[in-house]
Amino acid sequence: MTEPAAEAVVDPGIDEKIKKLTPERIESTINKVLTKGAAARLKVYLQTCVHCGLCADACHFYLSNDKDPKFSPVGKVKQTLWEIIRKKGKVDGGFIKDCSRIAHTECNVCRRCSMYCPFGIDIAYLLLLVRRMCALLGVVPQYLQDTVNSHAVTMNQMWVKQDEWIDSLQWQEEDAQDEVKNARIPLDKEGAEIMYSVIGPEPKFLAQLLGNIAMIMAVAGMDWTMPSFDGWDNSNMPMYSGDFETMARVERKHHEAALKLKVKRIVMGECGHAFRGAVYDGPKWLAWKEPPVPIIHAVQFYYELIKSGRIKIAKKFKEPVTVQEPCNIVRGRGLGDMLRYIMRATCEDFRDVYPRYEHNYCCGAGGGVINCGPQWKKSRVKGNRVKAEQLKATGAKFVVTPCHNCHSGIEDIVEHYNLGMHTKFFSEILIDVMEIPEDLKVE
Amino acid sequence: MYEFVSGPLVWISFIVFIGGSIYRLVSMFKLADKEKVIFPYMSLKYSLRSLIHWIIPFASTNMRRRPFMTIITFAFHICLVLTPIFLLSHNLLWYQSWKISWWTMPERTADIMTIIVIFTAIFFLIRRLVLPEVRFVTFLSDYALLTVAVAPFITGFLAYHQWLPYKTMLILHIISGEIMLIAIPFTRLSHMLYFVFTRAYMGSEFGAVRNSKDW
Repeated sequence: MTEPAAEAVVDPGIDEKIKKLTPERIESTINKVLTKGAAARLKVYLQTCVHCGLCADACHFYLSNDKDPKFSPVGKVKQTLWEIIRKKGKVDGGFIKDCSRIAHTECNVCRRCSMYCPFGIDIAYLLLLVRRMCALLGVVPQYLQDTVNSHAVTMNQMWVKQDEWIDSLQWQEEDAQDEVKNARIPLDKEGAEIMYSVIGPEPKFLAQLLGNIAMIMAVAGMDWTMPSFDGWDNSNMPMYSGDFETMARVERKHHEAALKLKVKRIVMGECGHAFRGAVYDGPKWLAWKEPPVPIIHAVQFYYELIKSGRIKIAKKFKEPVTVQEPCNIVRGRGLGDMLRYIMRATCEDFRDVYPRYEHNYCCGAGGGVINCGPQWKKSRVKGNRVKAEQLKATGAKFVVTPCHNCHSGIEDIVEHYNLGMHTKFFSEILIDVMEIPEDLKVE
Repeated sequence: MYEFVSGPLVWISFIVFIGGSIYRLVSMFKLADKEKVIFPYMSLKYSLRSLIHWIIPFASTNMRRRPFMTIITFAFHICLVLTPIFLLSHNLLWYQSWKISWWTMPERTADIMTIIVIFTAIFFLIRRLVLPEVRFVTFLSDYALLTVAVAPFITGFLAYHQWLPYKTMLILHIISGEIMLIAIPFTRLSHMLYFVFTRAYMGSEFGAVRNSKDW
């Protein structure tokens, strides 16, 4: 094992938990994951990798840490999985600690590297396997584990109780009515066309976004609803900690809420990882080839509303603005063009980024990394200097981030590198620029 | 000695190479079936789309970012695979034993291609030693694999030009070729077998599930 790349961070979720591990437990857990939890992909990927290092340039952690090979995708696999396999699971607690640091906090599982590997090896998958081993050993950064515990107990990420949830919705409904007459957040409306779902942090500390969607839905005249019961939260942190059993429970609950409400489709708020969980990673674990209810991301939804003319733009946003393309909806779902369409439709001075589309850099926060907590913030922000340089080059004053993780991650980067920019969700732009029909205007 | 390495050992190495390759692929398919989420997502269209972008030089972003490496890699692999198949003297051996033969390349061309394999392999070696991100993930086995891959070409080249004792070089050439054949299914040289499938899976996932490109 090489020296830890980042300076030592105290994290009770890791430091205290490794004290409880026995060599037997480590070995049997690891071997269970290697033999029962993985099969063809693990074996073939390990046999195919020729250690060429061509994936290195894909990783923002590697590029931002002055090309330190410990941060290259294959370098991370070497320090974790290769070593585990070479030692047949006979590793100690200190090694597991390093594994958790590398897999949970120094890789966003953004999958950019699999586009740089000549063989198309899914390196993020290999690091997710390492996370799985750590999670089964109970070694997960404390903040991340807390969100997982919340998911397991309450089916939402932020320990939000049902009365608080309903209360937040009603409060935001009232606030929205100050801007748009008749704006409503219909709860449990069976047979509505759309179920709108959000992530736990929205009612917890970004409640205005709930008000925004109420206004947008009212202006567009959509038939929609939100569940008052569990299943309203579409986020999924256990997917990133490695607790796939809880991940599956959360996804199942989310889809069941939609089935119970008999909606035609689910529209998700501006979040990338939630989309990944609901559309492909979750269904895959549940052995569903496709989600049972069609799901679209907010970007697709806004594209529909603007393109079809259901929402008209009154005055475009004037300031120079650029965009952060969330990996899970652009590299993960090809929404890059729709995102540019809605940006151009609403903003006068849209500055594109480079590299872009599938090749855009991750925000550094996704993949559960920001959820590992404030003690890991320093290494996370340091590990994404390239993003700061990329944003700076656009000369924009605002960054639209149609994803919660991107939003918080980019905010941290903007602050640390003094970029003098502001982050905005797309809905914040949209409510500013959309035309409110006469009959919905508040006198 | 010559009779042994050019007789029974050839048989053994071909049997191990072909049998081993089949065994590796069959076990891969079995494991993929066990994993449940592989085959349902496979798509012929997107598999081919991905493969095409990765077997044509400069068709993928990373290849364009590293033009020199791309040229070297393609030159190495093309020469490594084609030279032994279309070499006149190899063809003559096939004809002697089985009365079959096919098109052969001019000896001069084969000579140049052999030199290309040797020099590109030296490039790979230097790259491994010099670039930190490659050195960090390099093991003794990586040098061993490179040696196994290039040894038949060095010995073949020396045997053809008879700069060193011909008979010894020829025997070494045959043995090193046999080692390589045997090594393919059981070492990381098996990327020769797996390449198509890892690419096809990633292509399918990126195309059919993620609606995006993987190059």
